[in-house]
Amino acid sequence: MSIFSLVWSYLKAKPLNTALNIFLLSLGISVITLLLVVSRQLEQRVADNTKGIDLVVGAKGSPLQLILCNIFHIDFPTGNINLKEAEKLANHRLVKSAIPLALGDSYMNFRIIGTSQAYAELYQAELLAGDWWKEELDVTLGANVAALTKLQLGGTFESAHGLTNEGHAHEESHYKVVGIMKPTGSVVDNLILTQVKSVWHVHEEGEEKSNMSQPLDLKLIPGYSLQDSTKEITALLLKYKNPIAAIQLPRYINTQTNMQAASPAFETARLFTILGSAKTVLMGLAYLLVFISALSIFIALYNSLKERKYDLAIMRSMGASRFKLWSSVVLEGVSLTFAGTIGGLFLAHIMLFAFIQSIGDKSGLAPFHLYVEEAYLLIGGLLLGLLCSMLPAWQAYRTDIHKVLAGN
Amino acid sequence: MVSVKDIQYTYPKATTTMRFPDFDIKAGEHSLLLGESGGGKTTLLHLIGGLLQSQQGKIELDGVNVAALSAVQLDQFRGKKIGLIFQKNHLINTLTVKQNLLAATYFAGNPAAPERAVEILEELGLADKLNSKVTELSVGQAQRVAIARAVMNKPALILADEPTSALDDKNCDKVISLLLKLANHSWATLLVATHDQRLKERFNRQIELKSTQIPHP
Ligand SMILES: Nc1ncnc2c1ncn2[C@@H]1O[C@H](COP(=O)(O)OP(=O)(O)O)[C@@H](O)[C@H]1O
Ligand SMILES: [Mg+2]
Repeated sequence: MSIFSLVWSYLKAKPLNTALNIFLLSLGISVITLLLVVSRQLEQRVADNTKGIDLVVGAKGSPLQLILCNIFHIDFPTGNINLKEAEKLANHRLVKSAIPLALGDSYMNFRIIGTSQAYAELYQAELLAGDWWKEELDVTLGANVAALTKLQLGGTFESAHGLTNEGHAHEESHYKVVGIMKPTGSVVDNLILTQVKSVWHVHEEGEEKSNMSQPLDLKLIPGYSLQDSTKEITALLLKYKNPIAAIQLPRYINTQTNMQAASPAFETARLFTILGSAKTVLMGLAYLLVFISALSIFIALYNSLKERKYDLAIMRSMGASRFKLWSSVVLEGVSLTFAGTIGGLFLAHIMLFAFIQSIGDKSGLAPFHLYVEEAYLLIGGLLLGLLCSMLPAWQAYRTDIHKVLAGN
Repeated sequence: MVSVKDIQYTYPKATTTMRFPDFDIKAGEHSLLLGESGGGKTTLLHLIGGLLQSQQGKIELDGVNVAALSAVQLDQFRGKKIGLIFQKNHLINTLTVKQNLLAATYFAGNPAAPERAVEILEELGLADKLNSKVTELSVGQAQRVAIARAVMNKPALILADEPTSALDDKNCDKVISLLLKLANHSWATLLVATHDQRLKERFNRQIELKSTQIPHP
């Protein structure tokens, strides 16, 4: 017998009430936790994926779409840009480095990206097995791609035209897997990397046209001489040489060329502002839920104290101090909110895990990563229990044992 | 063992003060406190048991003046020295029979004594009810558990306030016999306050309570 078994006996005596109060609080806490975890991880992933990219240059269209397509690989391209112009930009005095991207095909919904080695370096990708892509139609797979497509080193596959599985297959050209990367926690995990030339190879029928007076040795694609002035790529990822570039370069590209420049920092900040207001609304609802459950716990404690006035008086008559009665009521309230908070935290991570499972684990979210804020939530939950049991506990403290036990 | 002297008590907001007769009870001298309803039996019992504190006079129990104890000392005093039994059993419904008995030692701050609980229940013929819920007991059984609870801490004095008023003749007899038996086994002195005339023949010592109501000055 102890104060814990006493409190437990009271909670157990009203299982529905207890379960409902815990569940209600769990719901509120889980929404708060989900919002916290998802927004944190989203911000982290956005920061990781945009690191080292100052500007994305692509065809004119929506700047947000340009970013989503070429950095996060979730939207469709705005169009293509001319390679000769892109090369000119890569040699601009304000550009420190430039990475070409050529999109167009996919395999089992994983995008095939024609690019340079610098792209893999941007995300600090390392090899798990095999080698980087060297020859035309060689590919190196991201960690998730390898895991989910079950492609092996040396294996070959036909790409599908377009970025989803619906496109027709390019039956005439086979890609060959020469390497597999370690997980990076970035978009690269979900990509198939190859040369820009491979993407052209798959798409172009017939011989390369030669319509330039003099072949141009490209900085963007080392070891390649451009002879066809109509060749295109999807986008360029730029890094500025100095702070002045941030002011001059976007304006120059947007006004002087028929390409578009979009800043990942600016566009993602804009996106988070939109998401932020949705988050605020949901947060408000979650706090309302928490408030209602706290009120419900308070009412339950308050009412049960009336039923328990004889219990309280008899405990006092057996030698329990006023403080012991006070603590038993506080312990009951705190037990409820503690269980509710723990349940809510648990629920949030389980829901996130289930969600990630259902979409096929391409999001890169870590469902069981814990944050410091969750410890704060736990402390907050304990304080909430203290708060809603304060008044009932005070009443228990003041129990007039003579009046109750005299029974008249 | 118990000595009551010059006791007066005024309820808050009451217009009169109750004045109680002096008396002494020797250890082991089980006594009956008789009086009309409203005569002050419960008040006196609560004063002796430390549920109320008298404003005047002296109540000595084993040499301790109960009237002079502080609130915290009173809690401890009740736990160590007093066993209380009421007209209703006032068992804690959410606990089992055994847990109710162990609660008595817990709240008194004594070490848990599960063997003693079993022993007392056996004496009361309730050994098979050890793990029953108290809501499953009959009125008579529940009152016997309440008696068991009152002797758990081996109190010096057992105060029983109308313990048999809610019981029929058969149960009344049984309960009072068990009460006397347990009090003897636990070396406790029994003081029963009642207006139940059926108990008169069971006690040698009878204290007739005629408290006088004095108007406030
Ligand atoms: N809490 C109280 N406040 C004021 N008066 C009370 C209170 N409790 C009892 N009384 C009064 O004290 C007197 C004695 O009551 P009580 O001790 O309960 O008598 P008994 O137990 O003999 O029936 C009664 O007149 C009753 O009305
Ligand atoms: Mg009475």
